[in-house]
Amino acid sequence: MTTPSTALSSNSVRSEARYTWGGDEFLFVEVDESMSLAANFKVMSIARKLADAELSGVVDICPANASLLVRFNPDILPPSTLESTVRKIELELRNHDEQSLETRIIEVPVWYDDPFTAEVAQRFREGFHQEPGGTDLDYAAKVNGLKDAAEFIRRHHEQPWLVSMVGFVAGLPFLFQLVERDKQLQVPKYLSPRTDTPKLTVGHGGCFAAIYSVRGAGGYQMFGVAAAPIYDPAQSLADFKDFMVFFRPGDIVKFKPVTEDEYNAIQAQVEDGSYRYRQVPVTFDAGRALSDPQAYNQELMEALNGI
Amino acid sequence: MAFEIKNPGLATTVQDQGRTGYYNVGIPQSGSMDQYSAELGNGLVGNRPGDAVLECTYLGPVLVTDAEAVIAITGAPVEVKVNGEAKPQWTRLHLAAGDELSFGVIQGGTRYYIAVQGGIDVPEVLGSRSTYTLGGIGGLNGRKLEAGDLVPVGSARGDLPSVETLPESFRPSFAKEQSVRIVLGLYDHRLTDAGKDNLLNGEWKVTPVADRMGLRYSGPGVEWKEREQPFGAGSDPSNIVDAGYAVGSIQIPGGTQPIILHRDAVSGGGYAMVATVISADMDLVARAAPGTVTTFVAVSQDEAIVARKERAEQKSKAWESLGAKP
Repeated sequence: MTTPSTALSSNSVRSEARYTWGGDEFLFVEVDESMSLAANFKVMSIARKLADAELSGVVDICPANASLLVRFNPDILPPSTLESTVRKIELELRNHDEQSLETRIIEVPVWYDDPFTAEVAQRFREGFHQEPGGTDLDYAAKVNGLKDAAEFIRRHHEQPWLVSMVGFVAGLPFLFQLVERDKQLQVPKYLSPRTDTPKLTVGHGGCFAAIYSVRGAGGYQMFGVAAAPIYDPAQSLADFKDFMVFFRPGDIVKFKPVTEDEYNAIQAQVEDGSYRYRQVPVTFDAGRALSDPQAYNQELMEALNGI
Repeated sequence: MAFEIKNPGLATTVQDQGRTGYYNVGIPQSGSMDQYSAELGNGLVGNRPGDAVLECTYLGPVLVTDAEAVIAITGAPVEVKVNGEAKPQWTRLHLAAGDELSFGVIQGGTRYYIAVQGGIDVPEVLGSRSTYTLGGIGGLNGRKLEAGDLVPVGSARGDLPSVETLPESFRPSFAKEQSVRIVLGLYDHRLTDAGKDNLLNGEWKVTPVADRMGLRYSGPGVEWKEREQPFGAGSDPSNIVDAGYAVGSIQIPGGTQPIILHRDAVSGGGYAMVATVISADMDLVARAAPGTVTTFVAVSQDEAIVARKERAEQKSKAWESLGAKP
């Protein structure tokens, strides 16, 4: 049993958020300067309650890792009204902290140590990478004090991750691993961003994993490729029937390592339109995730076995 | 009817007033960078403000219309040619079937607009016809125009306004110097006093690294306060735990070159923003060509909202000058 003081490090978030403005159209609410599950959970709770309030003049509600960005139309909604509404929600949450979230756990197949990211990584070594002579995976293992790349890969997919933010570009999830702070995998970003990243690269920067939804620039270390799309503007696959973006903040992700053959088999299913993600609804309890992550993660992941 | 694209130009895309409501999943608003110029182009050809236009960047397209068309070219100054003959900007032009529209060299600014009566009639995606090329949605097949494309044009839905030329006094300027109003905030407390002083009193120049996503400026740089970085934020003092980026916000990665995010903004990331361009000045920023000398002037949010109202009134007056209603 883990003691609360070490569990995911911060059960406590800074008691009051910081409110600041992005010009005349954006309110920025910094729940905490540091990343933690508790901060992210509070952000998601505020975002949900603000959406429920259906305030006229609210244009976009963008929950992020430890902060919230709200776009509003000041012709309709005075900034002071928006701020007091969000402050009221924050206060309510302080008194009635929300602990559970209806969400889903999704299995995301990943071909780790794949040739696509390796090829791109080769093109961006000198001047871009901390260790131009090595691979991103070897470097990640080293800075985390792990034996080798295989050990890093195991740590990466062994415990599940929470989608803590969706953005940067269309449909790109940021993921935060549901483990104690001292077990978090941390890797610096590239020294200078690449101009290319393969589509569906599984990357890592700071304590965050990301899956690049589209090909393009990027500064995260590259560890593998996801086998199936996460962004489908044509909405051809069943998982995209309702919306072209697959991930939502609050989704729980279990990475599953796949071999080249398994990767190719999934690619074939994507091609013929039959691919579906393995996923199942779960109730996520932040309190339990904070107090005993390993046991709770086990329970969450078992939900995937039932389908 | 349709425009047949003979030569696409450098980066010609379909744009309108953009899409909101999807920034939370990383889909930016998009839309015409210089909204004012695009909108008044629509005004000249009897469209609604939100109808889609073609946005041309530096080098415009060569296109041929397959039917009679009423068009107007607005935005950055450029030589407009119909079948090789020079024509004025900010003025309604009548094309006959088979006429060819082309452009000479741009003489300032970065973007000009082709508005056509009936609007560019591509399908709406998430409530807008705007092209978001990175995500491959909107516009014509989610991309910039290519040679051989047929760009569909809608049917006229109203009368042409009584006036056919926008008076000079309502046309924006495309000067090589700009003063851009900003509201300090977000993470400005992370700058040293000297850093803030550089931001507000320094001279900044638009670099060639400028596109629909954002514009990068060179200049004196800024200083960040040293601190122990919060968990998850990254090691540089300009880093924060990845957060949402306000459109118009100014980030200064590493403290060297400020970037103003514009209409195809990345929706979030790990660089501290220190100020935001006021909504009334976003068109102004969009008009800045590389080399444009820029000073940033801090205003309050109240002043930003007054400026926003003034801009809306100015736009209404421009529509009225055409005998049209927005």
